[in-house]
Amino acid sequence: MDLANFLIQLLNSVQYGLLLFLLAAGLTLIFGIMGVVNLAHGSFYMLGAYLAYALTGAWGNLFLAVIAGAVLSLLLGWLLEKILFKHFYHRDHLDQVLLTFGLIYIFEELRSMLWGDDVHNVAVPESLNWSITLTDTLSYPAYRLFMLGICLLLALGLWVLISRTKIGMKIRAGAFNSDMAQALGVNIVRLHALVFALGVALASLAGMLTAPLSSVYPYMGSQVLIMCFVVVVIGGIGSVRGALTAALLVGLVDTFGKVLLPQFASMLVYVLMALVLLYKPEGLFKQ
Amino acid sequence: MTSRRQVLTRSAAILGAASTSLMLPARAQNAKVRIGMMFPYTGTFAQLGLACDNGFRLALEEKGNKLGGREIEYFKVDDESEPAKGVENANKLVQRDKVDVVIGTIHSGVQMGIHKVARETGVLSIIPNAGLHAATRALCAPNVFRTSFTNSQPTLALGKVMMDKGHKKAVWITWKYAAGDEAGEGFKEGYLAAGGTIVKELGLPFPNVEFQALLTEIASIKPDAVACFFSGGGASKFIRDYAAAGLASKIPLYGSGFLTEGLLDDELAPSAQGIMTTLHYSASLTGKRNDGFRLAFAKRFKMQPDVYAVQGYDAGQLLLQGAAAVNGDLTNKKALYTAMENAVIDSPRGKWTMSKAHNPVQDIYLRVVKGKENVVLGVAAKALSDSGVGCKLV
Repeated sequence: MDLANFLIQLLNSVQYGLLLFLLAAGLTLIFGIMGVVNLAHGSFYMLGAYLAYALTGAWGNLFLAVIAGAVLSLLLGWLLEKILFKHFYHRDHLDQVLLTFGLIYIFEELRSMLWGDDVHNVAVPESLNWSITLTDTLSYPAYRLFMLGICLLLALGLWVLISRTKIGMKIRAGAFNSDMAQALGVNIVRLHALVFALGVALASLAGMLTAPLSSVYPYMGSQVLIMCFVVVVIGGIGSVRGALTAALLVGLVDTFGKVLLPQFASMLVYVLMALVLLYKPEGLFKQ
Repeated sequence: MTSRRQVLTRSAAILGAASTSLMLPARAQNAKVRIGMMFPYTGTFAQLGLACDNGFRLALEEKGNKLGGREIEYFKVDDESEPAKGVENANKLVQRDKVDVVIGTIHSGVQMGIHKVARETGVLSIIPNAGLHAATRALCAPNVFRTSFTNSQPTLALGKVMMDKGHKKAVWITWKYAAGDEAGEGFKEGYLAAGGTIVKELGLPFPNVEFQALLTEIASIKPDAVACFFSGGGASKFIRDYAAAGLASKIPLYGSGFLTEGLLDDELAPSAQGIMTTLHYSASLTGKRNDGFRLAFAKRFKMQPDVYAVQGYDAGQLLLQGAAAVNGDLTNKKALYTAMENAVIDSPRGKWTMSKAHNPVQDIYLRVVKGKENVVLGVAAKALSDSGVGCKLV
C-alpha cells in the first residue's frame, strides 16, 4: 500500500468512524445520564433513513428533508421520553431491555405498513453528485466529503454544547450524580427529555445522511446497533469523548482490516473490544 | 379472479374433507393432483416468490390447468424466507395437505428444509430458484429436480468472456456467505481454466454494504477487470458506489446476471451502463418463444416477467411433461422421474435439458447493460452443465 492509498483509506476510516460517532453519542448519553439501555436506538437510525427517502421523494430536496426530518425526530424523541421512557429510569435494566426490544418490533412493523418491505434508493443531491479525482484510477464522491464535513460540524457542536455551555454543565452534572444535581436545583426532568430527544435526533440524522450512500432497507437498524454498542463499550459508558475516540478506532480497524486481513475482517472489531475490556474493563474513558 | 380462485379452493377443500374419509385408503386415479406452493409471499423476497408462483400457474393454465388429464388443486404456504421454519413449513404441505408435489422456493436456507423433507418422505420436489450446490450435488435425490441454476453456474461462464476481452488479471468481490462463496467457486474455476489470474479476493459480511474501503483497494491494485456476485439492494448499491468512485470508466465490471437483474430503473441505469453479466436468461432475448411468453405473462398478471418468472414457468412445463408421460399417475414414480430426466424444456430462455444430477443443462448468455436493459451480446457458454460433484445419480 503506497502513501496515497494509505491516506485515502485513512479518510475512509475517519468518515466511517464519525458516522458511528453520531450514532453512538446518543446511545452513550442516554445510557450515561438516564441509565437506560436503549436497544431501539438502531430503529431511530432506520427511521431517519426512511424519513429521508419519503421526504426527498415528496419534495425532491434532500437538504430540506434532512432539516425537517431532524425536527420531526427531535419531536418524536421528546414524545417517547414523555410517554414511555421516563417511567423506566428507575426500573430494572431487564424491564428497559424488554421495552426497547418491543419498540424495535413496533418500529419495524410501522415501517412495513408505511413504506413496505422493499429496498429503496435515495438520490444524491444534484449539487453534490460529482467526484474529485484523487489518483489515476480513483475518484472520491463529493457527497462523502460533504457528509464528513457535516459529521465533523456536529461532533464539534456536541463538544461545545457539552463542555462550553450551561446546559452542557448540567448534563455533565446529571451524568455524574443525578440526585445531587437535582438537589442543587437542576431541572432533571426537563434535562432528561432534552438529552433523549437529542440522542434520537442524532441517530436519525446519521440515518438520513447515509441514506443516499447506503440503500434504505428493512432491519438496517439492527446491523448498526451492534456496532454502536461496541463503540459505547470501548469508549466507556456515558463518555462522549470516549465514544468519539472509540468510533474513530473502530473505523480504522474495520477499514484496514477489510483490506489487509479480509479473512478476519468481520472479527477484528470484536477482537479490539475484547482487548480493550481486558486492560480497561470500564472502557477507555471511564466516567 | 383471486376471489373466484379462493371460492374454488375453499369449496374444493370442503369437498375434499368430506370425501377423503370415504375414499381412503387408496386415492382414486381421477382425484385432483395436489400441488404445494411454498414461496416467500411476504418479506424482502416477496416479489421473487410471486414471480415464480405466477410463472408456474401460467404454464399450467396454458394447458387447461390439467396434469396428464387430471384436475389440479393448489395449496399455499408462505415460507417468509425463514430458514428456521423451513422443515416445519414443508411438512405442512407434505403431512397436513398431503400434496403430490412441492414447488419452491427462493431462499437457499429454506430450500435445505424442503430438501430434507423431500429426501425423508420421497415427495416430488421442484426447485424454481434456490441455487445451493448441495441440492444437485452431494445431497442430490431422484425425486428432486431444479429448473433454475446452481450458484456457480452463471459465473462459471464469466472467465472465458473476460479472457477473450484480454482481461488477464482480475479481482473477485462478493458477500461472504454460501451463495457468494459458491458463485466465487464457479468464477475461479472458469477463469483459471481460461488462463486468467485472480489477483485478490475481497469480501464483506452479508448483507453489509459499506464498500468504500474495498473500492479504494481495487483502485490501488488496478486489475484489468473486476468480477463480482451481488444481488438485490446490495447489488444496486455496489453498482452506484463503483461508479461514484470513478472506477466504472477505468476498470470494467463483470458479474453474475443477478447483479443487474430487475434493478435497472432511472436511478440506477446511468451508473450501470456497460456492465457485462452472464445469466441463463435476459428479458431482451429475441425469438417467438420469449416474446409470446412475455406477452402472455404481462397480459395475465399485469406485470413484466423476469428470470424468476421464467424459472417458475419452466417448473410448470417440467411437471406437465412428466405427468403427461404417466397419464397423470404421479404414483408411478419410476416412469415419472425418467420422463422428467429426459424432458426437453422449450423455455423462453431457449431449449434446455436435465443433467443426470437434475439441474438444467442450459445456455448462459452474455449481456451488457444498455439504457435500462440487459442486451444480449451472444451465448457465453453453450449447454453449460453443473459438475454435479458428489451426486450419486451421476
